[in-house]
Amino acid sequence: MQSFELIRPESVKDAIGAQSERSAFIGGGTTLVDLMKLGVMQPDHVVDTNRLGLDEIEALDDGRLKIGARVSNSRLAIDARVERDYPVLSQALLSGASTGLRNMATTAGNVMQRTRCPYFRDPAKPCNKREPGTGCSAMDGINRNHAVLGTSEHCIATHPSDMCVAMAAIGATVVVEGRKGTREIPFEDFHLLPGDHPEREHDLRSDELITHVVLDAPLEGAVSTYLKLRDRASYEFALASCAAIVTLEGTKVTAARIALGGVATKPWRAVDAEAALVGEEATAKMFEQVALLAFQRAMPLEHNAFKVELGQQAIARALRDAVQQASQGEHQ
Amino acid sequence: MSDQTLGAGPKRIDGRLKVTGKAPYAADHALDNTAYGYGVFSTISRGRIVSLELDAARAMPGVIEIFHHGNFPALHHTPSSMAKGNKVEETRLPFEDEQVYYDGQFVALVVAERFDQARAAARAVKVRYEEEIPRANLEQGVKAHGTKKGKGNHSRGDADGAFERGAHQIDVTYTTPVETHNPMEMHSTLAHWPDGRLQVFESSQGVVQQKGAMAKIFNLAPHKVEVISTFIGSGFGSKLWMWPHAVAAAAASREIKRPVELVVPRQQMFTTTGHRPETKQTLKLATDDQGRLIALSHHSVSTTSYTDQYVETCGSVTKSLYSCDNVSITHRTTEVNRGTPTSMRAPGAAPGLFALESAIDEMALEAGIDPLTFRLDQFAERDESQDLPFSSNHIKETAERAAEQFGWHQRNPTVGSMRDGREIVGYGMAACNWEAIKRPCDAHVALRADGTVYASCATQDIGTGTYTIVAQTLVELTGVPFERIEVELGDTSYPKGPISGGSWTTATTLPAIAEATRHAIDELKTRAVRSGGPFEGVDVEALTFDNGVLSFDGKRMPFAEALSTMKLANAEGEAHTEGADTSKYSYRSFGTHFVEVRWDPLLANLRVARVVSAIDVGRVMNEKTARNQVEGAVVMGIGMAMFERTEYDPRTARVVNNNYAEYLVPVHADQPEVDVILLDYPDTAFNEFGARGIGEIGITGLAAAVANAVYHATGVRVRELPITKEALMGAV
Ligand SMILES: Cc1cc2nc3c(=O)[nH]c(=O)nc-3n(C[C@H](O)[C@H](O)[C@H](O)COP(=O)(O)OP(=O)(O)OC[C@H]3O[C@@H](n4cnc5c(N)ncnc54)[C@H](O)[C@@H]3O)c2cc1C
Ligand code: SF4
Repeated sequence: MQSFELIRPESVKDAIGAQSERSAFIGGGTTLVDLMKLGVMQPDHVVDTNRLGLDEIEALDDGRLKIGARVSNSRLAIDARVERDYPVLSQALLSGASTGLRNMATTAGNVMQRTRCPYFRDPAKPCNKREPGTGCSAMDGINRNHAVLGTSEHCIATHPSDMCVAMAAIGATVVVEGRKGTREIPFEDFHLLPGDHPEREHDLRSDELITHVVLDAPLEGAVSTYLKLRDRASYEFALASCAAIVTLEGTKVTAARIALGGVATKPWRAVDAEAALVGEEATAKMFEQVALLAFQRAMPLEHNAFKVELGQQAIARALRDAVQQASQGEHQ
Repeated sequence: MSDQTLGAGPKRIDGRLKVTGKAPYAADHALDNTAYGYGVFSTISRGRIVSLELDAARAMPGVIEIFHHGNFPALHHTPSSMAKGNKVEETRLPFEDEQVYYDGQFVALVVAERFDQARAAARAVKVRYEEEIPRANLEQGVKAHGTKKGKGNHSRGDADGAFERGAHQIDVTYTTPVETHNPMEMHSTLAHWPDGRLQVFESSQGVVQQKGAMAKIFNLAPHKVEVISTFIGSGFGSKLWMWPHAVAAAAASREIKRPVELVVPRQQMFTTTGHRPETKQTLKLATDDQGRLIALSHHSVSTTSYTDQYVETCGSVTKSLYSCDNVSITHRTTEVNRGTPTSMRAPGAAPGLFALESAIDEMALEAGIDPLTFRLDQFAERDESQDLPFSSNHIKETAERAAEQFGWHQRNPTVGSMRDGREIVGYGMAACNWEAIKRPCDAHVALRADGTVYASCATQDIGTGTYTIVAQTLVELTGVPFERIEVELGDTSYPKGPISGGSWTTATTLPAIAEATRHAIDELKTRAVRSGGPFEGVDVEALTFDNGVLSFDGKRMPFAEALSTMKLANAEGEAHTEGADTSKYSYRSFGTHFVEVRWDPLLANLRVARVVSAIDVGRVMNEKTARNQVEGAVVMGIGMAMFERTEYDPRTARVVNNNYAEYLVPVHADQPEVDVILLDYPDTAFNEFGARGIGEIGITGLAAAVANAVYHATGVRVRELPITKEALMGAV
């Protein structure tokens, strides 16, 4: 770990002022410090966000929920409004990492967490994300954990977050502040596909700080579920996960939000599947059909082909579980 | 029976120290003026170092010295003999030359004032290599240069001929991956040279062996070396033999004339401190038309390093578990660019019984016989490989009792027939088996004038409870309770004790402790009857010692008082006990696992829901620690069955999943109900206490029991560990 200077600003303005190409904000540090110890991230300055406030969860008049950048994953998961209006987010958070990590992890840090691609984490290996132009070691290497959706020939790394999958399904806005002022970025535009530039992971400029994430107002009468599939029962990143939110009229689907994790290069909205589901009967068979649509453009590799089927299973089961709640009268 | 005597289940006497953070582990020892080492580790797996750029690192704050093959002091190889007490697994010394044999090999060592400075400077060292194409796995090794003969081979009858005659045959190949020991406490060494002597604090399962090896390597008289390992955050075999880091730390300390502490980072515990090697095992079994085994061959190849031949003896149990006239067991190795493998909990037997006990299941099904019946009918009555009777063998009872408890007889044998909601239930079973070994051992015991009893032995407590059962032995023989007992282990200045491995610590150490205790009591009596003694003139044979009290003819005196009266500090006993006599009996431990798995086909989710294990390890010395060993081994067996696999990039032989997040071991949520039945039949032919040892047996056979249950649930016969989702997806 190289030496760095820790800067501890007391205001958002100072924090932004302290930020540069060679610095990094720190929230809980559970991603950043890990990667600094591995020599993957080597900021000269670490700008602490822990004295900036930004730790409120605030209900807005228009029905949205505004979450401060520093609200911890643990606190967000058990917030009464989140549990009531966005249970899918609460479930996603609680399925992630471990209690200790969730206590440290912040909302902004989670949005910004880096991939777990092992070659990215090994500075001795070529990696386009870490060192643009050096090549992708995972493509022909061990790629069981890698993405099948949204990949490019330059990078196949997954975005590992559970929280972001739920946020993608709910719909949200990332609020950022930089030297030029504040911007609001729709959640689906925040994370970028790897394309030709896997080193660019998000639409955040080097001087910008995430101050809030604002969740869209909850869908009236919706039922939802977050389902995470992995090898062991806990404390593991998703091999495939699905956040499903559905509204029904009788047995017909009137609105559907399906987001996927573990299988894609960014928190992934399965828009084709959603479109196909709306207006249809909520049957297991229908769920299986739309699940196929979600993976139509999947690009499986040597070790991760099973994720196509696993992802489809996740969608079908998540939809079934959600709809089952509706039939049991457990509206959110 | 007091709740502290042998056979009871008292809590660990060191438990409080551990949970309050007061137990000093190797790196907790603080010495004045300590410098800290951090390795520079190779990023290639095969080739040579062309150059090292050190200037930038040398200029960094706190850096004292950087060692590498160009300036490391010349040292010696140890002959690496276990019998002589100087064994290591990797005989090559660190920085011996410019060759690189594996990923994560020490190529330099930075020593600095602080840990973070050493690490930062280590990162700044630039190494240029001439890289060759590595052999990254077993297949590549075999393809490049074939295999070499290993040890432990066995043959009786004509296995091939009998196989051909078989009415039912199976010929199948199983593979197991590299598994890496992941004890909580990382390998660490704190070395210094007070007055030209070498003293080492190490996280070690074998201080005596490390002392011997250090003496050879540094060309020192043995008494000039002391190795101390009072508390160990487990080892699972990886800490049995010293690894290069310890030599590096000791040498660096001698050169810079300061204590040096070196902790092996978690990533390098996947490269330079051993692992269980990859295996490929072919089993050919045949039965006659009655379903009796007539042929049994078990041929295995395991990977080893280019520097040493380590043999994973997969067929070690196959030799003697089942009755069969025609048996052929071979072990071969192939070299790959990985560090030297080593023992990992139940070496040989753990991967070997995955293959054997899966194959027995396949054989039973092929012959149309219930797998439990097949086994009960064919477990060997005597050790046919050595033509000796077993000292004590209750394997049938383990199978019957566990089957009963588990509810095996309610099993519907049809594949996939047992459903519970969305899940398909599968039942599987497998035998477990492990050798029982008793080695020579020395011990010291003192009855002290302050009323306490003291024992010492240079064996270790690796978390298994050795401190506690030594104390229990003292309670049993002296009647003195735990509060007045002091046990010291894990220091080579104590009498020579065994490595904490092979499940032989209990059987080896306790008889020596007992013998030393008896000698101490004899010494007390002898003194007491001499002139001036409290029992002057009494016939020493007539004087009794019971519950800490000497008595004769109505006169009673506690030993503390007797010693005080005589102005003696203590009465001491030394003992040397020999290993077991292996000419009359075959000593082994036995058991059976029953496992219920649940497979949710629509979620590709497999879980172990229930395990019942019955174990026959002779006498159970401490109910609590014994049960704990079996439960822990079962959980580790679940890891072996479903999760553990060290992955090497096939192009570079570099470890890919070298951390706790990606190298999967079971977490609490994966742990099923584990029901352990301990048979508790003392094996007095083996040693006076009748105890055989319980650390390893629990993991053997567990992976096979899971795989057999998976077959029952899904119809998929998985012959490759770990059992992954993808292997089962698409199953009915
Ligand atoms: C062993 C392990 C297991 C895990 N398992 C899971 C899992 O199962 N599911 C899951 O979803 N996650 C998992 N995680 C990841 C965990 O959720 C993230 O590490 C955590 O959310 C990051 O939050 P943080 O506050 O600690 O971020 P930090 O480490 O502090 O920062 C992460 C990144 O965000 C940037 N950053 C921080 N704050 C801001 C800000 N306000 N504005 C702009 N940039 C900012 C930092 O510069 C850095 O690049 C796991 C992590 C570990 C170590
Ligand atoms: S998948 Fe992406 S992160 Fe992984 S090695 Fe390739 S470029 Fe790097």
